[in-house]
Amino acid sequence: MRGLPLAAWAYVCGVVALATGLIVTSSYQGLDWHALVVLAVLFLICDSAPAQLNVERARVSMGFAASLASVVLLGPQGAALLGVVAVITGQRFFAPVKRLFNGAQFALSGYASGMVFVALGGAASGTGRHPHWVEHVIGPFLGALVTFVLVNLTLTAVILLLAKQAAPRELLRESGQLAVGCLGYGMFGLLIAGLWDRLGPFAAVLVLLPLFIARWAMEQTHAQQQAHQATLATLCQAVETKDYYTRGHSERVSRGSVMIAQEIGMRPDRVEAIRYAGMLHDVGKLGVPTKVLQKDGPLTEEEFAAIQLHPMRGLEIVREIGFLDEALAGIMHHHEKMNGRGYPMGLAGDEIPEFARVISVADAFDSMTSTRSYRPARSIEEAVAELRRGIGDHFDPVMVEAFLRALQREGWEPPRPPVLPDDDVVETTRQDHDDPSAPIRVAGDGVRS
Amino acid sequence: MNAPTGNAAARLGAPLHSRRRPAWQRLDSGQLMLIAVAGLGVLGAVTQVAAVGLAQARVAVAFGVLIALGELFRMVMPGNREVAPVATAGAVGYALLVGVGPGGGGQVVGPLGVVPAEHSWLQVVAVTAAGMLVGSLPHVAVGRSPRLDATARRLITVGIVAVSFRPLVSLDLGWPVLLAAMGVVVVASCCADVVIAAMIRAEAVRARFGIALRDEIHAKAPLCAATSATAMLIAVATTFLGTAALLVFTAPILVTQFAFRRYAGIRATYLQTVRALSRVTEVGGYVETGHSRRVSRLAVAMGRELGMAEGPLLELEYAALMHDIGQLSLGDPIPGGATVLASPAEQRRIAELGAEVIRQTGVLDRVAHIVRLSSHPYRSAAPGDGSGVRPVPPPLASRIIKVANAYDDLVGDSADRDRGAAVLERLRLDSASEYDPTVVEALSRVVDRRPRY
Repeated sequence: MRGLPLAAWAYVCGVVALATGLIVTSSYQGLDWHALVVLAVLFLICDSAPAQLNVERARVSMGFAASLASVVLLGPQGAALLGVVAVITGQRFFAPVKRLFNGAQFALSGYASGMVFVALGGAASGTGRHPHWVEHVIGPFLGALVTFVLVNLTLTAVILLLAKQAAPRELLRESGQLAVGCLGYGMFGLLIAGLWDRLGPFAAVLVLLPLFIARWAMEQTHAQQQAHQATLATLCQAVETKDYYTRGHSERVSRGSVMIAQEIGMRPDRVEAIRYAGMLHDVGKLGVPTKVLQKDGPLTEEEFAAIQLHPMRGLEIVREIGFLDEALAGIMHHHEKMNGRGYPMGLAGDEIPEFARVISVADAFDSMTSTRSYRPARSIEEAVAELRRGIGDHFDPVMVEAFLRALQREGWEPPRPPVLPDDDVVETTRQDHDDPSAPIRVAGDGVRS
Repeated sequence: MNAPTGNAAARLGAPLHSRRRPAWQRLDSGQLMLIAVAGLGVLGAVTQVAAVGLAQARVAVAFGVLIALGELFRMVMPGNREVAPVATAGAVGYALLVGVGPGGGGQVVGPLGVVPAEHSWLQVVAVTAAGMLVGSLPHVAVGRSPRLDATARRLITVGIVAVSFRPLVSLDLGWPVLLAAMGVVVVASCCADVVIAAMIRAEAVRARFGIALRDEIHAKAPLCAATSATAMLIAVATTFLGTAALLVFTAPILVTQFAFRRYAGIRATYLQTVRALSRVTEVGGYVETGHSRRVSRLAVAMGRELGMAEGPLLELEYAALMHDIGQLSLGDPIPGGATVLASPAEQRRIAELGAEVIRQTGVLDRVAHIVRLSSHPYRSAAPGDGSGVRPVPPPLASRIIKVANAYDDLVGDSADRDRGAAVLERLRLDSASEYDPTVVEALSRVVDRRPRY
């Protein structure tokens, strides 16, 4: 915190002073202290639970449910007091200034939201004992909820901006995700408040138990996802290990495909699918006999046919992986060309699935910028020129342009030349089916790729 | 997001030999009995309700709709367990309903200050059954055959809650007593659900009951807890706030269901990925077509026979699927792809290489360990003879894979029973030194039971 700009210091002091003033000057007559203590404990428990919904610098805690319950049950003053409890929690905020600020902003959010709740007539409907309570309270509650989340996010965003820890654009994007989480958790405050009269804290147990379990399931999901990705990547590597020159190829093609996909604005789930498709695109190469790949000189027709078959073999392997639907087409057709002279089907133009057009560009680019046994790696500029040359004939212009834009922004780290072990038996591939600038030669009828 | 399809899941749980039979033949006696009991109960309930008429029809319809929606969004959890958390929470909530909201407009108000709920346990069963039926129709329409045993189990669980709780409602008990009774009843219903599921499962996959019960508790406990809590929440909220509360108070279980659905999806995907990628050795010509798949099926069946729990079984399945992955590092396939014919040193090298690959995932260390030791003989030569073999036998999973692999290498795709018997005989001769005799016996029982693998 030492490096905070002056403006940020002033802002923090202002927020803390405002909150302190508010709390000191409020009157607490008729406040249900018992409920306050119970809710405060609840807030602490929820807030210290491990948070899965994390965005880099902030986190959504289930404490929101307790805060919103206090808005309904205790009114603005009580909600402000409960907010102060946040000073104690927050295992990630060790700095006292951060804790203080956190408590102050929660207090302000609680107070503002309580005022909105009262202004909209929420307090008049009483708590759960009123008939048709749900119908009456839902409107004011939603108003209070939105206010709470808005004030909370705005106060936090301003400090991040002032402290220059975040750019406005990414802040906006992250706030979107955060807001959904906050609103969701906040809604449960209504449930707790509604049954508080009848069940007391037990209401909170009933409401929050499923949420804790859901959160646990989310963590499990997350872990499984990581495990799945790691396993997939490792198995792809295992397929590559035979050839020193193509190691890491799948991983890089996957990265390049994702760059293109994001650049052309694909939906996140499709980007995820193309990540896998890129990784798996050459799995079928394993079905190509080693001696064909290692052959020096022109291939026979049969040998070339074996190479042409590899996308189909790949498809055969991954067909059963359910999540890949669209990716399958990408894997199968990643060697089609825009002019219809590719393989295995000879599709042309728009007939080629979008995924395949994306992977094709990333595949060729990585192949050209990698070292091969028969040539050193090309420079990025040369590879770009080659991609441009292939526009229309080989590659989809949209994909190439998208890739070049992404390349300019994010850069590309070509693989380092492989270090071959010092023995004679090392196996290297002579035939590179991915490199558009060095097409495979087939004996008898010139050049193909 | 991908829920596992019924088909892929069925492969996991149902006995293999019955895959192509009509639906009703796939059920074993326990399942049939369960369905019969549930069917009779529904029949009785519907008749009774038809005769007397629906009490508080509006509430009944509201809960019926909730149950139908829950049934529509049912899902399959890992291990081929069909669950419908929303439907179950709704149905149990209906069974636990004490009142139907605050009175007003001349309605009779009970001692709790709410209009008492008047429905009988038979009505609970009837409404639940109707909701389930309606919710299942879209599934049937798209060609997914209903899992009668799972539906029956859910219905019976709800029935147990209704039978034990409905009589208490009319006793004018105090609120705290009612609340405690609710708690006891939902816990009991969870136990009943788990026990019934374990009984069905033990019979279906030929696991021991104790192990099936433990697996079931492990798999179901979190979801059961969430469902029960929401059921109580729904019951209490609807009692005091009327049916409008039903809309709002279903939210917690919706969140839970969403989370678990994603979990089930990624679990299924993971298994699919490993299954699919285990085939690279086949496509590369290193092993016979279908080898990994057959070995893994055999191994899992043997593991079950030997009383392994679900967690270790999954690791065994992964290890069996990937046990030959080390061959990818070999320059050329070994002839015929059968590792059992390779020299012990070479077998060990393949296992080591495979384990190394698997270990690199960083998440499958135990699987790597199983694969590494799957080439080791059951009993090492006398210690100190310099052969460098382990003095302790390898873990059970490794021993199972060793036997399953040898069996499949020698029998292959052949359907010849004599050949299978001959191979078993050969393995038996080698057992005690190379193969674990108990594992070989488990294999013989598995093979005996399923004429064709």
